[in-house]
Amino acid sequence: MKINIWSILKFFAYIAIIMFFLFPIAWIFNMSFMTNDEILRKVPVLFYEPTFKNYLGLWQGEIAIEGFATMYVYFKQNLINSAILSVGSVSVTLLLGVPAAYAFARYKFKGGEDIAFTLLSFRFAPALLIILPLNLYFSEIGLYDSYFALIWVYQLITLPLLLWIVRGYFEDISPDIEYAYRLDGHSWFQSFWRISIPLAKPGIAAASLLCFIYAWNNFVFALILGSSAIQPVTVGALAFITASAIPYGLIACGIVVSVLPTLILALFIQKYLVQGLSLGAIKG
Amino acid sequence: MAYLNLNNLSKSFKDDKIISNLNAQIDKGEFFVVFGPSGCGKTVLLRLLSGIMMADSGEIKMDNQIINELHPEERDVSMAFQNFALYPHMKAYENIASPLRAKNKNTPEKEIEEKVNEVANLLKIGHVLNQFPKELSNGQKQRTSLARSLVNKPSVVLLDDPLRNVDAKIRFEMRLELPRVLKEFNTTVIYITQDFREAMALGDRIAVLYDGKFNDIDSPKNIYQNPSSLTTAKLFGDPTINNFNATIKKQNDFVEINVNGENFKIKRNTNIQDGDCIVGIRPEDITLSNISSNNSIEVEFRTKTPLNLRIVFLVKLKNGLELLCSTTEEESQLIDEKSRMYISFKDEKSHFFDKETKRNLE
Repeated sequence: MKINIWSILKFFAYIAIIMFFLFPIAWIFNMSFMTNDEILRKVPVLFYEPTFKNYLGLWQGEIAIEGFATMYVYFKQNLINSAILSVGSVSVTLLLGVPAAYAFARYKFKGGEDIAFTLLSFRFAPALLIILPLNLYFSEIGLYDSYFALIWVYQLITLPLLLWIVRGYFEDISPDIEYAYRLDGHSWFQSFWRISIPLAKPGIAAASLLCFIYAWNNFVFALILGSSAIQPVTVGALAFITASAIPYGLIACGIVVSVLPTLILALFIQKYLVQGLSLGAIKG
Repeated sequence: MAYLNLNNLSKSFKDDKIISNLNAQIDKGEFFVVFGPSGCGKTVLLRLLSGIMMADSGEIKMDNQIINELHPEERDVSMAFQNFALYPHMKAYENIASPLRAKNKNTPEKEIEEKVNEVANLLKIGHVLNQFPKELSNGQKQRTSLARSLVNKPSVVLLDDPLRNVDAKIRFEMRLELPRVLKEFNTTVIYITQDFREAMALGDRIAVLYDGKFNDIDSPKNIYQNPSSLTTAKLFGDPTINNFNATIKKQNDFVEINVNGENFKIKRNTNIQDGDCIVGIRPEDITLSNISSNNSIEVEFRTKTPLNLRIVFLVKLKNGLELLCSTTEEESQLIDEKSRMYISFKDEKSHFFDKETKRNLE
């Protein structure tokens, strides 16, 4: 067999790219099973006795680190908060965004394009620009430190995202398919529910996943607009860094646990992301 | 009393008048073909009838009820789309069953199955009911879409150029089969096409749509033999009808035609006025020969080409006028292109149109 120099170079290029993206994750995963001592050793060790102390500590809310006082963390509550905020945000976004996307895709109404663009422009403003006024307003009207307020603010990020992605998918569905369904004798709502939504499902799934990731990873809004009672993992992880110690193992462990839900969701949604469902029913 | 009445129907998009003051009466069980060039508003008309679009003015009466304001699902009308419009996420079976499920939520599954199988077998797609639309050939998609529009036995079936997107072989098959299938359902059919052969093969009556209204509504034979205007005459026939400006003069049973100094007589019993007009004569109504006769004129051979089992000759008169004549294969073999050629118009076959309005003068 002839060995092509390009194929060898390509092979090493792939390896380099994979290393670049996956090595940090692998290393963090590794760290989460080490003690602080092992992590901080000058020459990193590759072989060690894995410990589950970090995970156990995270679960129980307290962990003793050698040479320091016992640390207390609220990671479990943070994780629950993250779940409530993300699932809540995505649900609200789906409820509002999907019908809105359909309206923008199908109906030409006065100022329609302007409204759609205004919604998109919410994403142009840096979060830091609006966070202080928002904080003042929310304190004034008593929304500070509530799930509702955070889910509301998250819509600034998630709603335009979903709206613009799903709108494109609705536009790709031939209106004739919906008309055909109505001529069969179904109402408008039935055609929306049984034809438009299923056909736009890949788009809705992809957009929901992105929204979930954005909501899950949000840091700044949750940091300013809520107390520790409602703060998600992104903010909660700050508590790991104290004046007395930085428990790297615990942090690594927290990262692994907080990445898991997004990862599982992405794997689960993958099958809906398959394109080309609508190919072949329409000629031309 | 006609079953379906269209009275002064109008529809425009912004300043673009697509359909203006269109009228028609369609009988129950009639196969009514709407024929017209592309972009003449055929599809818009179907959309008005189906309720996908609302008319600006005028009324649509079905069985003596005005249905203008009804939503598509409230009209007893079904439609097969030019692009099939099948539901990609449902199997062929579910596509066809859709109207049955909409009609009555409690229809027993067995009854649905019976009806779907019946119409599927009639259209010869019984073996593909378990496939998704993307797995079907264009012909099968077409039949599935037809089956869906027929399964519920609607009063009116609208067919939007259903044979446009299938290949020539299937188109021919369907042209033979469609009337038989539709007869079984005894419904009123409104069929849209831009192929005049299809229109003539299928229609009980043909309505010719251009300039936003029906310009002729008549049997295929009458429209072909006696078109109301030059435009209609041009739309029917391939190659298109010959037409040229001429001055005519009646002489008993004959009409003398003077075109650019060339004079010839044709046998034609008519009551039109002498004067300037446009003369139309179909290529197959011109006789070509190497022998001169009483009413023939000498022509010069230009070229010939086969078309639909006939041979079309392009010939030139001495005054420069070019005419198309078509002959059968056998006739063409008798003609020697290198010797002198003569043409004569067949008796009673020419048409006379007004120079300005292009209306038929008879």
